[in-house]
Amino acid sequence: MIQIICPFCGKRDHSEFSYGGDGEITYPALDANEESWHDAVFLRENIYGRQIETWQHIHGCRSWLLVDRDTKTHEIFSVKLAHLDWHILLEKNR
Amino acid sequence: MTRFSAWNVIKNGFTGQSGWSRQWRDPEPKSHYDIVIVGGGLHGLATAYYLAKNFKLTNIAVLEKGWIGGGNAGRNTTIIRSNYMLKGNREFYEKSLKLWENLSHELNYNVMFSQRSHIGLYHTANALDAASRRYNIMRQTGSDAEIWSRSDLEKKIPHLNYAHDARFPIHGALVQKRAGTARHDAVAWGYARAADKLGVDIIQQCEVIGIKRNARKITQIETSRGSIQADKIAFAVAGNTSRLWQMAELGNLPIESHNLQAFVTEPIKPLLDQVVVFGVAGAHFYISQSDKGGMVFGGDIDWYKSYAQRGNLPIVQDVAECALSVMPCLGRVKLLRHWSGVVDMSMDGSFFICKTPLDNLYLNAGWNYGGFKASPASGWYFADLIANDRPDEIIKNHDLDRFRRGHHIDERGAGADPKLHG
Ligand SMILES: Cc1cc2nc3c(=O)[nH]c(=O)nc-3n(C[C@H](O)[C@H](O)[C@H](O)COP(=O)(O)OP(=O)(O)OC[C@H]3O[C@@H](n4cnc5c(N)ncnc54)[C@H](O)[C@@H]3O)c2cc1C
Ligand SMILES: [Zn+2]
Repeated sequence: MIQIICPFCGKRDHSEFSYGGDGEITYPALDANEESWHDAVFLRENIYGRQIETWQHIHGCRSWLLVDRDTKTHEIFSVKLAHLDWHILLEKNR
Repeated sequence: MTRFSAWNVIKNGFTGQSGWSRQWRDPEPKSHYDIVIVGGGLHGLATAYYLAKNFKLTNIAVLEKGWIGGGNAGRNTTIIRSNYMLKGNREFYEKSLKLWENLSHELNYNVMFSQRSHIGLYHTANALDAASRRYNIMRQTGSDAEIWSRSDLEKKIPHLNYAHDARFPIHGALVQKRAGTARHDAVAWGYARAADKLGVDIIQQCEVIGIKRNARKITQIETSRGSIQADKIAFAVAGNTSRLWQMAELGNLPIESHNLQAFVTEPIKPLLDQVVVFGVAGAHFYISQSDKGGMVFGGDIDWYKSYAQRGNLPIVQDVAECALSVMPCLGRVKLLRHWSGVVDMSMDGSFFICKTPLDNLYLNAGWNYGGFKASPASGWYFADLIANDRPDEIIKNHDLDRFRRGHHIDERGAGADPKLHG
């Protein structure tokens, strides 16, 4: 079982979470050309190895997380809050 | 290679089974081929066979990093059907089913194709209306389809859950009688043996580890067994497509690799004569019984991207819950094995058989959960594309550029999220 350490709730089975997808896609500006939207929406690097991806703690605190995970082994290296400003706040108050 | 025939079976019965020869050669790779196919799964092997058979091209190698049929070819739940609805898919899968119907004869190898009916259960009147639309399209385009009521089902498949207080009571079913199952290993071996007989080199334990190219063409393939040059190169590597694509420095693809698990129970006496599919409100489950008696079944993918070929426990639980809600009588049957394969999920749930940005590279990928049934037609049309350097009319929209044109081939209408195309 993959376990994810949620910054709020602690270590939980991944069945509590919902998978978002690639966490490093940067969407183009709304008025960007069709080609850059095509690439962002339809193309994937489909990484063999470590990748940053989003998961939501849907049966917990409902936060969106950025997870650094290996697609070959399922090993997780780090978990952060997806909303960067929150992450910084959390670090400060530690 | 000895032909299989009644006569040879009888003769060998009298001579201590000593007259059989090996099924295909084990050649050393040559330094040059007209065509190199990467991937010794069903699609690679079928492509080699039809290139040799239909186009008399025989200076061909199939390169397989492990053993043939060791990928998804030997890991699937073997369901064969043609109940696809959208243009392109409809004709393609119907062609595939027709090829299945004669495949054992064609290959002189018993692939144990069993047209035992595919039963898609429906649980509301509205869902059955949607199924009727599919039924009509199938009937109007030369296929078979039937709508069965709940009482038809009760007579023909007695062990399903017909309780009125079931969470999703059964309302009816869309049935394709020509659909069924086949023995997956036999299909890989049958195509390999028949292709080898026509002169194709099937090279196992030969991994492609590097690709050299110029702006327009692949010039050399580096393998674990030396360098190989080829006039044309074809990728048929299912879940590993992105890795090969990036080896050729071609960037990103509309494909994600995911885990799909399958399960088999201990063998039991004959219980289920058909393939039964259950899918409602997020549940997804399909089941049949193998000739050995094992109940073979599966459900959804694991939902997160993976190359691990190793599944996870939440899906085991989901699938077990589905099993019990459709066939409560399975409650005390023991699970024997479960395993996983890396499936190449595409952005609209449909496949790619197409040309690529390089002149001498051809792509076969994006099979989602459903590439087993597709194997014969996939080999047929991919061979045609490679030989003639243009796609057949039927698959002309199954190219990588279709999303640019807004031409999604999305049977489920699930949108551009690969994990949703079950
Ligand atoms: C659990 C499960 C259940 C399924 N159930 C069904 C079903 O019921 N019905 C259905 O129609 N479909 C089903 N499918 C889908 C079907 O099995 C696949 O779509 C189909 O087998 C893919 O084509 P293939 O056989 O060519 O792939 P594979 O058998 O995976 O062949 C690809 C080959 O490429 C090789 N390869 C990869 N990289 C390299 C390299 N660098 N060099 C050399 N060789 C390489 C691999 O080793 C592999 O043997 C299922 C799949 C899974 C995993
Ligand atoms: Zn949480």
